[in-house]
Amino acid sequence: MEPFEPKIIAFVCNWCTYAGADLAGTSRLKYASNVKIIRFPCTGRIDFMLLQKAFANGADGIIVSGCHPNDCHYTSGNYHARRRWTIYKSLLDFTGIDTSRIAFTWVSAAEGSKWADLVNTTVETIRQLGPYTDMQELIGQSTHEPQ
Amino acid sequence: MARIGVFVCHCGENIAATVDCGKVALQASKLPGVAVAIDYKYMCSDPGQTKIKEAIKEHNLTGVVVSACSPRMHEGTFRKACSEAGLNAYLCEMANIREQCSWVHEKSEQTTQKAYELVRTLVEKVKLNHPLDPIKVPVNKTAVVIGGGVAGIQASLDIANAGHHVVLVEREPSIGGHMSQLSETFPTLDCSQCILTPRMVEVAQHPNITLYSYSEVEAVDGFIGNFNVTIRRKARYVDEKTCTGCGTCTTKCPTKDIPNEFEQNLTTRRAIYVPFPQAVPNKPVIDREHCRYFNTGKCKVCQAVCPIDAIHFDQEDERIQLNAGAIVLATGFDIKRTDFFPEYGYGKYPDVIDGLQFERLASASGPTQGEIRRPSDGQIPKTIVFVACSGSRDAAKGIPYCSKICCMYTAKHTMLYKHKVHDGIPYVFYMDIRAAGKNYDEFTRRAIEEDGARYIRGRVSTIFEEKGQLIVRGADTLLGGRPVEIKADMVVLATAAIANTGAATLAQTLHVSYDAYHFFSEAHPKLKPVETNTAGIFLAGACQAPKDIPESVAAASGAAAKVIGLFSNNELTRDPLVASVKRTPAPPFSTCMGCMMCVSVCPYQAIGQEEIRDRQGKVIKVIAYINPGLCQGCGTCVSVCKSKSIDLEGYSNLQLLAEVEASLHS
Repeated sequence: MEPFEPKIIAFVCNWCTYAGADLAGTSRLKYASNVKIIRFPCTGRIDFMLLQKAFANGADGIIVSGCHPNDCHYTSGNYHARRRWTIYKSLLDFTGIDTSRIAFTWVSAAEGSKWADLVNTTVETIRQLGPYTDMQELIGQSTHEPQ
Repeated sequence: MARIGVFVCHCGENIAATVDCGKVALQASKLPGVAVAIDYKYMCSDPGQTKIKEAIKEHNLTGVVVSACSPRMHEGTFRKACSEAGLNAYLCEMANIREQCSWVHEKSEQTTQKAYELVRTLVEKVKLNHPLDPIKVPVNKTAVVIGGGVAGIQASLDIANAGHHVVLVEREPSIGGHMSQLSETFPTLDCSQCILTPRMVEVAQHPNITLYSYSEVEAVDGFIGNFNVTIRRKARYVDEKTCTGCGTCTTKCPTKDIPNEFEQNLTTRRAIYVPFPQAVPNKPVIDREHCRYFNTGKCKVCQAVCPIDAIHFDQEDERIQLNAGAIVLATGFDIKRTDFFPEYGYGKYPDVIDGLQFERLASASGPTQGEIRRPSDGQIPKTIVFVACSGSRDAAKGIPYCSKICCMYTAKHTMLYKHKVHDGIPYVFYMDIRAAGKNYDEFTRRAIEEDGARYIRGRVSTIFEEKGQLIVRGADTLLGGRPVEIKADMVVLATAAIANTGAATLAQTLHVSYDAYHFFSEAHPKLKPVETNTAGIFLAGACQAPKDIPESVAAASGAAAKVIGLFSNNELTRDPLVASVKRTPAPPFSTCMGCMMCVSVCPYQAIGQEEIRDRQGKVIKVIAYINPGLCQGCGTCVSVCKSKSIDLEGYSNLQLLAEVEASLHS
């Protein structure tokens, strides 16, 4: 059986993590191809709806990453994201989603290698957890082949 | 129906080595709404851009996805190309298949598949893009500088010399700030007044500068390029226009025993006074609190002696409204005063003084004409103990930060003292000597090695008086914490530099943020040191953090450069990727329920309120309104909006959801 290749979505801020991921590219660091980035201006833009939408559409894992505390391009967006994350976590827990499927972290524009490591460890974590199908089963449109 | 063009770039071998670009284009061409999909070796090259332009015209495209390098690299390039072909620039998006795909993955089927999926994601996004025009905001080319110390003076002169109108607002009767109180300045020991007063005069005479002394900024609203500022000119009771500054009134006033603030209370002044001889404007002011006429209704001696009838007891505060494009905050600092150090006897023993008082004693224009004489009996002190870090770097005192200027000015004080009292012995208790700066360390070394200042590393625990003699008790940590007792004739405390009084109130008036110590916060600690989070408001000098003169001047010129840059255009052009509250045109309808959560999270004070009225003009409800001139497009408000009534151009809810869906779709 082929190894399970998780689908992971990364919501990253334009100023730090997106630039960090670009740096990983210009540094030619190799990492797993399972993560696809969706760029937004700031982690302060993160919305629980987006996490739900991703899981409902077959994501096995999610990364949310922005600027380090105190480094936010918009001063405080990452703090809002961090506060929201504590609420999202309990909400995810309540809805029965394993919160370890979401990596919530900071990657600066200078941390290309941290981004590569983050992707690899997240892919590995999700691989261990296996496919996430609960929500899709609930809405009856699983995109995962039965194993 | 969308007609999207997809342009897949090989970037030479950079992308094509690991991604099958032809296959990506072929797959993309089958996506719904894609009218054309081609691949080419170098999309950013002239022929590459021409291909995009031709396709826009040929297929009458409604959107473009360039699948190439990072948008941080070439988004501008391709957006420009699109607009040259008649397609709105904001209908062009980039799929990053180089930095985030071809460069980080091995050549494989999955890598090509990922590139395709990235393209697919951006195709779904661009379908929901709106044509946008850059936001244009007119700029009023007047700058208001608040604070007339050296920073405010420098900023005013720089902006005025660039040809723009400056309104300088100073709270005290004269400009000059703390620098005008200083004796000599480190590390050159040149006289502070000698370098500052010509600048003060220049301010007064500059055709582009309007000086409002004895005035305060009372209210500010508006936004970058378009501030409305209300200034309150406090009544001087002296007509500034007619008064010649002859000074007769200040010598005849019968109320004499008022502590002189400029002299740090080391002498007294009258109720009608000029703060110091070099004051600008050199016009007296009546201290209403102490004036005999205002207290008893009788006196008016000054009015009687004034040869030109310039004194008007009926003068009232005047309010001035003006429009400005930019504001520079230069409100400076203050030092901690009495009752902060009961253990040092500050405020209790007259010969325990602070650094600014020592400056006045050492100043040629000071109360002792520059002779170092102690306040209690006017004797020349033979031993002075200087205590650095009096309050600074002391979390127990509530000031964990370093006041930065004290190491240097304490070294300077020891030198000034030795130069004036050759047989005097200066002791310095210090924690560390922080002398980073051009010629600074050399300066402190000179104080120790040439002028013989005796530095003791350790803190002072207590200062007390015994038989009329001050005793300073401390520890020498370089001798293992051995207790030290020094009999001193005078003690100078380098008390902590703190934010100026009223800084927090002013910050609230201007909607700029400030730290726990009421110093104003810069927009970015490294990259935006003179900007605040409020666009169009800049910081100069020690109102941001303790700073010495060179740093204050540098910051002031930096702030001035930002203002001049802002004023170099008649209109501000801003990226239109901003948030807005959804509402229909008149008659307006909005799902916004006016909870104003967005107001509290906006870092830019860009969100205000808007009243929705019915046909009779009755207010139906109050909704949020986002000022596009102030919004920076972070999107934090979008996420907190409970009724999803706010959306962000370029990163709308629908766009992000479409991207999620397209990214995962298999």
